[in-house]
Amino acid sequence: MKLRTFTLGLFSASALAFAAHAESITIATVNNGDMVRMQKLTDDFTATNPDIQLQWVTLEENVLRERVTTDIATKGGQYDVMTIGTYEVPIWAKQSWLLPLDKLGDDYDVKDIIPAIAGGLSVDGKLYAAPFYGESSFVMYRKDLMEKAGLQMPDAPTWDFIKQAADKMTDRANGVNGVCLRGKAGWGENMAFLTAMSNSFGARWFDENWKPQFDQPEWKNTLQFYVDLMKADGPEGASSNGFNENLALFQQGKCGMWIDATVAASFVSDPKNSTVADKVGYALAPDNGLGKRGNWLWAWSLAIPAGTQKADAAQKFVSWATSKHYAELVASKEGWANVPPGTRSSLYANPEYQKAAPFAKMTLDSINSADPTHPTVKPVPYVGVQFVAIPEFQGLGTTVGQLFSAALAGQSSVDDALKQAQDAATATMTEGGYIK
Amino acid sequence: MARAVTTQHKTIATAAAWIVALLIFFPILYTIITSFKSEQEAIQGFNLFPSGTTESYSEVQAQNGYFKFFLNSVFLSVGSTVLALLVAIPAAWSMAFSPGKRTKDILMWMLSTKMMPAVAVLFPIYLIFRDTGLLDSRIGLMVMLMLINLPIVVWMLYTYFREIPGEILEAARMDGASLWNEIIYVLTPMAVPGIASTMLLNIILAWNEAFWTIRLTTTEAAPLTAFISSFSSPQGLFWAKLSAASTLAIAPILIMGWFSQKQLVRGLTFGAVK
Repeated sequence: MKLRTFTLGLFSASALAFAAHAESITIATVNNGDMVRMQKLTDDFTATNPDIQLQWVTLEENVLRERVTTDIATKGGQYDVMTIGTYEVPIWAKQSWLLPLDKLGDDYDVKDIIPAIAGGLSVDGKLYAAPFYGESSFVMYRKDLMEKAGLQMPDAPTWDFIKQAADKMTDRANGVNGVCLRGKAGWGENMAFLTAMSNSFGARWFDENWKPQFDQPEWKNTLQFYVDLMKADGPEGASSNGFNENLALFQQGKCGMWIDATVAASFVSDPKNSTVADKVGYALAPDNGLGKRGNWLWAWSLAIPAGTQKADAAQKFVSWATSKHYAELVASKEGWANVPPGTRSSLYANPEYQKAAPFAKMTLDSINSADPTHPTVKPVPYVGVQFVAIPEFQGLGTTVGQLFSAALAGQSSVDDALKQAQDAATATMTEGGYIK
Repeated sequence: MARAVTTQHKTIATAAAWIVALLIFFPILYTIITSFKSEQEAIQGFNLFPSGTTESYSEVQAQNGYFKFFLNSVFLSVGSTVLALLVAIPAAWSMAFSPGKRTKDILMWMLSTKMMPAVAVLFPIYLIFRDTGLLDSRIGLMVMLMLINLPIVVWMLYTYFREIPGEILEAARMDGASLWNEIIYVLTPMAVPGIASTMLLNIILAWNEAFWTIRLTTTEAAPLTAFISSFSSPQGLFWAKLSAASTLAIAPILIMGWFSQKQLVRGLTFGAVK
């Protein structure tokens, strides 16, 4: 009897689970400050769109990427809006996996989106994702330590200056490392940094005929410089440091310089979390005088998968979340410094924003100096500054990242790492039919 | 003299047991301690004495309501366990009391399914779930959790049932018990400690399962594993917040484990080689 009651209970519970939902759209996103803030402000959206309910799925970046890719490749229809990056947009748009954003509304002002960012999110002139926040990378440095070293950081430093400053600032006895850079293996971790850095050394992943270029002197110069710099002035165990680890080190005052995402500026200058908040200066990413700087370009963007049944509602939401109105909403509730950066030119022209965010100009200059369609000194057949926008890059980038991370850890030599990278890239590109 | 040695041995054994237990428990303890720190304290190196702020807990609760995830976790772990027992008790019964020539092979084959990496079958399973409309449904996930834990449940029950003398079942049959009566009134009561510990272990396994529960859910069926994962951020370590989310997620199962530790240990050693 008891068992029967229980079984009945079980069935009724399952019936409940199948109950139909009201009209709602599901948004997949990463857990970062700007996205979390948006979730808190959705009342503003539902007030003007009472017939649309919002459901949020927040996931860790790698899990999000895997889940969203699975869903879109199988047309699973789990999500109506996806948070994806500049790497995915051109590839997915070409596969017809995304809907073009052509109903963003009359007052949306597409032309206001920073051209470098819009270029990375468009295919054949059509916008396939709307940028929620954009970033480049630049140098964050400790003004006090720089002064102590008797140096002055130029607005646009060279790699030689970075090396010289790092050598002088390193003070291992007091736990200060001259420079902190990414070393953790991954296409979005150390390879984002190293690929962008290699652009300024004149290197490229592939030549015009998709032939891998790791056997060229430019890559050798890049990797040798990086490994030498990190060995002399980097933190211990640098080969396992990614963005988060370096952020923690910098906030604790253990780095003289850190070259990473512009979005980090608001964290290192936040007195709540950073012990060096009032001592941080900013400069453009370094170069070697070859006409390209070592900074990247990335935008977390909102896109609509082709498999959605609720395209109109989804587009209304995307329009709201990336509009000028949203920027004003955030400013009115949480202050201008908290407005998502790097997407609209109008934000950088706003004097109130310039006052609230001292790193605004440097961020905009960095974003403007990165060109995803012409990322390198020599010509290349691909789009992308710190990545190569082809489906094979996730796997290949991570493999090469592991090899370079091993070279940093001293497990292999720079020459061996480059040779293995060349072999791995040649194998992948042959398999993919790019080269014979 | 002999007594002194024994006492000394006992002390050493107790101390060793405490040290091992502390070592095993330490990561969980440190997670709990970290959850009561501010973010700045949390990244400032090793420190066993937090300032005692509950800021992380209120932030975690405000950001992502806990209870919906908690209820899903309870439903999924208990539901999948009950389902698994319904299937596994008859299966283990037949293998223990009327084994065939290939019973051992079947048992090994069942166990071998646990050796395959889950990600290898992600796409087929995802497609099946999509086509049957089971994505993000509690029932679908309950069946999935039942299936992945079934080999372990069958194995454990099989080991317990083997300990029960077949003669007792024969006696029941002599008295005219039907097959179901035999399983329900004779076998099950005798195997209660074994079934109870299997149940507890399976609930723990289902509670902690983090591959399928994250990949097959979005909002409706997402349990506490998805709750924790939503606090992993690309913009900072946020150890205090992550620790608070983890503590909230493991607390129910930790408390349950604490209260049922006697049954768990008795059940796990029951049927062991004597």
